[in-house]
Amino acid sequence: MSTALPGETLLAVENVSLRFGGVRAISDVSFDVVKGEIRAIIGPNGAGKTSMLNCINGFYHPQEGAITFKGVKRPKVKPHEAAVGGIARTFQNVALFKGMTTLDNIMVGRTLKMHRSFFWHLFRNGPAMTEEIEHRRKVEQIIDFLEIEHIRKTPVGKLPYGLQKRVELGRALAMEPDLLLLDEPMAGMNLEEKEDMCRFILDVNNTYGTTIALIEHDMGVVMDLSDRVVVLEYGRKIADGTPDAVKKDQTVIDAYLGVAH
Amino acid sequence: MSTAEAASPAAALPGWVMPVAKTLAVIAGIAALIFALVASGIAPKGSWAHKILAAPFIEMREMPDLLVQTLWEGAVAGILYALIALGFVLIFKASGVFNFAQGIMVVFAGLTLVGTYELLGRVGLTGMPAAYLALLVTLGVMALLAVSVERFVLRPLVNQPDIILFMATFGLTYLLIGIGESIFGGNPKVMITSQLGLPRGAIDLNILGGRVTLQKIDIAAAVIATLMIIALAIFFQKTRIGRALRAVADSHKAALSVGISLNQIWMIVWFAAGVVALVTGIMWGARSDVSFGLQTIALKALPVLILGGFTSVPGAIIGGLIIGIGEKIGEFYWGPLLGGAIESWLAYVIALGFLVFRPQGLFGDKIIERI
Repeated sequence: MSTALPGETLLAVENVSLRFGGVRAISDVSFDVVKGEIRAIIGPNGAGKTSMLNCINGFYHPQEGAITFKGVKRPKVKPHEAAVGGIARTFQNVALFKGMTTLDNIMVGRTLKMHRSFFWHLFRNGPAMTEEIEHRRKVEQIIDFLEIEHIRKTPVGKLPYGLQKRVELGRALAMEPDLLLLDEPMAGMNLEEKEDMCRFILDVNNTYGTTIALIEHDMGVVMDLSDRVVVLEYGRKIADGTPDAVKKDQTVIDAYLGVAH
Repeated sequence: MSTAEAASPAAALPGWVMPVAKTLAVIAGIAALIFALVASGIAPKGSWAHKILAAPFIEMREMPDLLVQTLWEGAVAGILYALIALGFVLIFKASGVFNFAQGIMVVFAGLTLVGTYELLGRVGLTGMPAAYLALLVTLGVMALLAVSVERFVLRPLVNQPDIILFMATFGLTYLLIGIGESIFGGNPKVMITSQLGLPRGAIDLNILGGRVTLQKIDIAAAVIATLMIIALAIFFQKTRIGRALRAVADSHKAALSVGISLNQIWMIVWFAAGVVALVTGIMWGARSDVSFGLQTIALKALPVLILGGFTSVPGAIIGGLIIGIGEKIGEFYWGPLLGGAIESWLAYVIALGFLVFRPQGLFGDKIIERI
């Protein structure tokens, strides 16, 4: 099934299985993500898509199989270590710092890029101030890019869902990740918001060359956005290939529409 | 363009202005009511209504020096309450745990400081160098405590319900009492005030037709506590680690996903709380002595927290001042009517009153919930 794209493999998932007690969330799934592509993971509810993302990101540790990132086979990584390694993500049900402003939320995304000791920060001068300003500039670029200037100083808890999702994307972008994981970036959005989000995802991919792996339910969106699609059902991989190939695949059609028994 | 704006203050009023204004309006309303009552003759002199509603205020006006003295004492106590409350706020903000052990940490830090100084005395080191060496050692001990708490209490209990963590801090409290008693004994110790270079004695001010006495140690306590509070506020609001702390307080998984290590943050927070405990221990210890009885003053932080909100640094300060001053004023002017010693419970009554009207506290994070 798998179609090899030219290019360097950024992430390779090999024979990964994940169990919660007796429940098999993921069974023997393998796929890869090539540098610079937009890779979609699709499948019906409960197919193990988010579990897969959680494995890549270090929230879950698969019992079997290996995940190779940037050519290095990882032992059990913790989520913050994955972040240090260059993996950023967003969550299915937005996970933002609700009491903090949009600006602060995105600034938190810069945490790993800031290195001055906090004693400097405490006095707000010298190298720390230079650093703060430099990162603030980066953050403002992201804010401009995502067109959220007007909510810069609003606590994100007060924002509508669509904008929260955008802020969350901004926070992930602030990390300047090598691999960006998006868990249903368009869930709960109206058409206009979806189109905006699509545009941002494509722009991120084009402008910064960021590799993106995303989970999405809206088939139209998936087919338009992604370079390659992997399809999961009941924790197993049932198809992998270009959107067109996947769309025509009988197993996939059966999985989505159901088969008469 | 954007960086220039970073330096400029926010145009909108800060969030605490409205609650303060409302509180002041309520106080003004009550004052007007009292004045009307007395002026209209409903409360004649000598009646209970007069004793409660009018006499204390007349006394305040007639003897302003006593009022200033009471306010000063209340303010100093208030700042020290605020300092204890800050210890709680730090840990609550970052981990959602109400740290019952904060009180005993104050005692523990104080005892370690004095104990180390005594130990240094035995090898012939005394005076200021020894005192500051002891201070360094105590800081080390508090750092060690923070690391151990993170490693042996918080890490194994990660993702457990808050009540479990709360109970764990109970356990920590008795552990620290046990360790403290077995190492330093149960007897009260005298704080090494002068060895640390803290002033003694008092300043008498002849103002307002009377004499106001300011203890120098109180002045020092107020100054040091204020500096400490300012430093913590900046730390929380403006620094990278401060932002990370607030992030952890809001969402663990989101904080992890941007590369913040929970373990590291918890260690920093507990160490900061340990430093706050040490400063509190020195200041309270200098005013009385260092004994296990001191941990009960930490309970005074509860009404302060209810007033100020568990998550707010400015709240802890204002809450501390309201409790401290309210307590002293209440005791001095109204206490005799109730046979005195109302100081011990008045704080809780004030807090209860607040709880009815503002459950999230004066400055607590507003509970934002989208439905």
